[in-house]
Amino acid sequence: MISQLRTLWIVLKHTFSRADTVQYPEQRPKLYPRYRGRIVLTRDPDGEERCVACNLCAAVCPVDCIALQKTEDVDGRWYPEFFRINFSRCILCGLCEEACPTYAIQLTPDFELCEYDRRNLVYEKEHLLIQGTGKYPGYSFYRVAGKAIAGKDKGQAENEAPPIDVHSLLP
Amino acid sequence: MPDKIVGNDFGPPKAGPKDGLQGGSPHKIVGNGFGPPKAGLHIEIDGKSHPVKAGENLLQAILSLGLDLPYFCWHPAMGSVGACRQCGVIQFKDANDAQGRVVMACMTPVAEGMRISLQGPDAKAFRAGILELLMTNHPHDCPVCEEGGECHLQDMTVMTGHTVRQYRGLKRTHRNQDLGPFINHEMNRCIACYRCVRYYQDYCGGDDLQVFASHNHVYFGRQEDGVLENEFSGNLVEVCPTGVFTDKTFSRHYSRKWDLQTAPSVCVHCGIGCNTSPGERYGSLRRIVNRYHGEINGYFLCDRGRFGYGFVNGPARLYQARSAETGPLDVSTAENRLRAMLEDAKGIVGIGSPRASLEANFALRERVGAERFHAGIGDAEHGCLRTLLDLVRNLPLHLVSLREAERADAVLILGEDPTQTAPRLALALRQAVRNRALAIADELGIPHWQDAAVREAAQAEKSPLFIASPAPTRLDDIAARTCRASPRTIARLGFAVAHGICPEAPAVMGLTPEHEALAAEIAQALTSAERPLIVAGTGCLSEDVLRAVGQIAAALAAARPGRATAVHFAVPECNSLGLALMDAQSLAHAAHTIESGEADTLLILENDLYRRADRTTVDALLTRARQVIVIDHTLHATAERAHLVLPAASFAETEGTLVSSEGRAQRFFAAMQPAGDSRDGWRWLGPWPCLDDLTRALADSLPVFQQITACAPGAAFRIAGQKIPRQPHRYSGRTAMLADIRIHEPKQPEDTDSALAFSMEGAANDHPPALNPFVWAPGWNSNQAVGKFQDEAGGHLSGGDPGIRLIGDGAGTGLPWSVPPETEASIADALRLVPLHHIFGSDETSMHSSAVAERAPHPYVALNPEDAARLGLAEGEEVELAPDVWLPVKCLPGLAAGIAGVPAGLPDLPVPVTAWQSWKPNKPGDETS
Repeated sequence: MISQLRTLWIVLKHTFSRADTVQYPEQRPKLYPRYRGRIVLTRDPDGEERCVACNLCAAVCPVDCIALQKTEDVDGRWYPEFFRINFSRCILCGLCEEACPTYAIQLTPDFELCEYDRRNLVYEKEHLLIQGTGKYPGYSFYRVAGKAIAGKDKGQAENEAPPIDVHSLLP
Repeated sequence: MPDKIVGNDFGPPKAGPKDGLQGGSPHKIVGNGFGPPKAGLHIEIDGKSHPVKAGENLLQAILSLGLDLPYFCWHPAMGSVGACRQCGVIQFKDANDAQGRVVMACMTPVAEGMRISLQGPDAKAFRAGILELLMTNHPHDCPVCEEGGECHLQDMTVMTGHTVRQYRGLKRTHRNQDLGPFINHEMNRCIACYRCVRYYQDYCGGDDLQVFASHNHVYFGRQEDGVLENEFSGNLVEVCPTGVFTDKTFSRHYSRKWDLQTAPSVCVHCGIGCNTSPGERYGSLRRIVNRYHGEINGYFLCDRGRFGYGFVNGPARLYQARSAETGPLDVSTAENRLRAMLEDAKGIVGIGSPRASLEANFALRERVGAERFHAGIGDAEHGCLRTLLDLVRNLPLHLVSLREAERADAVLILGEDPTQTAPRLALALRQAVRNRALAIADELGIPHWQDAAVREAAQAEKSPLFIASPAPTRLDDIAARTCRASPRTIARLGFAVAHGICPEAPAVMGLTPEHEALAAEIAQALTSAERPLIVAGTGCLSEDVLRAVGQIAAALAAARPGRATAVHFAVPECNSLGLALMDAQSLAHAAHTIESGEADTLLILENDLYRRADRTTVDALLTRARQVIVIDHTLHATAERAHLVLPAASFAETEGTLVSSEGRAQRFFAAMQPAGDSRDGWRWLGPWPCLDDLTRALADSLPVFQQITACAPGAAFRIAGQKIPRQPHRYSGRTAMLADIRIHEPKQPEDTDSALAFSMEGAANDHPPALNPFVWAPGWNSNQAVGKFQDEAGGHLSGGDPGIRLIGDGAGTGLPWSVPPETEASIADALRLVPLHHIFGSDETSMHSSAVAERAPHPYVALNPEDAARLGLAEGEEVELAPDVWLPVKCLPGLAAGIAGVPAGLPDLPVPVTAWQSWKPNKPGDETS
């Protein structure tokens, strides 16, 4: 008997406490940059595509919803010929972001992925690519990598010595 | 003639049904000349005793036991040099030694009772330290490196546990070179293990890849930018443990190894039958890599086989049926049209193909009847293959595998340039001349894997290799003697050798003194050798040369009673020997049948007749036939003239059996679904529900093929109820790759013809070698994982090397001694045409790959400079080879006098050299005859 009254008391007490629910969409919760929502592809500080089509995001994806094809431009940069994410399969786990060696793929706080037609949830590169650098402003993969591209020759990457002159007899 | 064959020089044949031709022959083996097997030893690794083979090095032994030990510079095919210091282990002095010392496993021979530690903290720290040092200059490139995901350096880095870079200095950098259409160069990634130069120079005999500079400046490349000339340069991609050398053709449509759908396949670009793994992604064939076979290709492929895959998705690929009148047809219309045409036919002439599988050819044979089934090869080649089979069936010959060829200690090549016609064989012969070096090493007690020591001890000593050919060959640099002569003279030389070996064989009259002396020298070398080998083939289209080989083989067998003579006949295409074994009619017979009106319909399977006979003959044949039906995967001149063209699946999309020049029947499997409307060639031809039924029917109806059903497990084969997946377990993009076309994911295509599945699901382990699509083992992502699939490092595949040898050591009734041919009459001002083969150019399908086509020669007529001077022809001057075919003259020093060499099989060269024709050069302005 006492236990039942106690239960009633506890429940009724909540009538006077503040509601946790917000009036979405009029009211929006605060989502932090690390929130795992819609995936974007970012650009490096020079405005070039960061994605080098290394396929690591596709390999790590537990639902296999990323498909891409590598190609190379005249500058020697690798980039995806196509890059497709099937958001109707995506579980927003963020493993792709973790795997990405160039900070190209990033999850954003936008979670509002609703469509009447599943086909509209298939995002191609033009839907994914944004203009900015996202969460990692300074990083440019090719400034670190040893592969030469137009505008960055051998020996000009970070921590690199100038190329060896093979014909030199000096030690 | 010799009586009974009781063995060959290469050990006992495997037990079981192997001798297809002599089924149940009473062969008795009396020994193999290699002594008793070496006694086994025991070594103690981390406190546990393991059996090992005496004579091995520690690294080999450890890997053969299935244990993991990182290494870079050691390669099973190239031995040890101790350059990279990565395979350090702790060796203890005796049972009481607790400290031990670090030794390099690859440089330490195993010894009885040896105590070592792989896992001791000092050993692990040593290896981690070495790897960290190797990585100090390695660029931050993995995401943009084609090697990533199948990189030995990545694997070894993970294996040693090196994760964080501590070195704070600058990385040394190098400039790259342009190495031609096959190979990418990225020198920054080099860890200086020296494998590439050891492979390229020591193993392949190449001299244009070198190492320059010193200490950590060393540079592996050419003296200057340019094409890597060696025909086996593509193997650098797999030999290099990191991404310095990568496949340029693959890079153009790159995919990670884990994303490729692969299948066990067999190369279709020559008759050797190397095993390959073609890889597919998004519906197109992306690359070919080596698939280890202990008896054939081992670790290496030739560049034609590796880079010649472009035809599968090339511009000339046929995706749709088409009719000459109405253009493209859909599948059901095409089927109806085919049925109607065949019902309407007054007799059908079937023309098979040496580049189609046994099953496809057999389906055609069943469709048209055995007497209307034709081989679809040039008449000269047809004659050669008939002669060849006659020899193989009746003489004591043993068709050697490439592993056996590598062990030959005296080699005679008659009329063939193996590098151009059977490239992988040439690489095996290059190893064969090292047997003298290995014998010297044996005398000095140096183990064979001590690579530098063996080379130092032997200096320039080589086993004898004799080459008699019309033109210079790519093996001349290792030959003891070369002889340049016309095919007839080569044959006469061969007959003289036979006479020198066995005086009962008829002597050859009228040889020049040089040839007499050479014949005597060759006879002496072959008789005194333990394992002599004779190499010939259809290369110069001379039956005389083949008969001479038979004569030498018979003479050797007479001189060494009871032992079959080792030979290898190079045949031009992947199923030339299989088709020859079907005893099909000649092309001339087909022309006759059509001409006489007995038949009015031509049904041509995977064949371009314009490559088989001269234009006028083929034109006449195609015009005379009322209906011409072509089933092929590639559009060619014959298909263009056909009334109905049906698209066939290429080798990467279909299953079947091919017979290699060793007489080995091997099954290849589809790596991908047929493109467009194409389907297996045999599916157009008959009611066979699945390939196994067709193979079974073939085995039942032609006794020579009785064993082929055992080439590979059939479609019903399962491992624990599961099929074998063609895709690796980390195949990516399954739910996205087709989402742009259709959001509902399609069911994986079913494969009713094999035990393989177009899926990533299925049995992960215990694949039979014939059904293993790719090699992968935990911790071993590169192709070097193959060690986990071998009975010992560099040995045979566990479970046996795939394939069934259909041709046993011929014993037959023997043949009477052949009469040597006479010298041909010389014709005033005329030359005899001889085909000159080119690894890049002479093969039909590989020329659809742009990279291979780039390496092919331009058409030419080659003349000996003296002949050219005599005829008043200068280099580059145009002469008329055939009516309206003008080709530039190429002066080829070393070409035999009196002959004109014409490149064989080039696509823009309409006249194939079919026989030993005489030709009188016409210059512009001359009256054409």
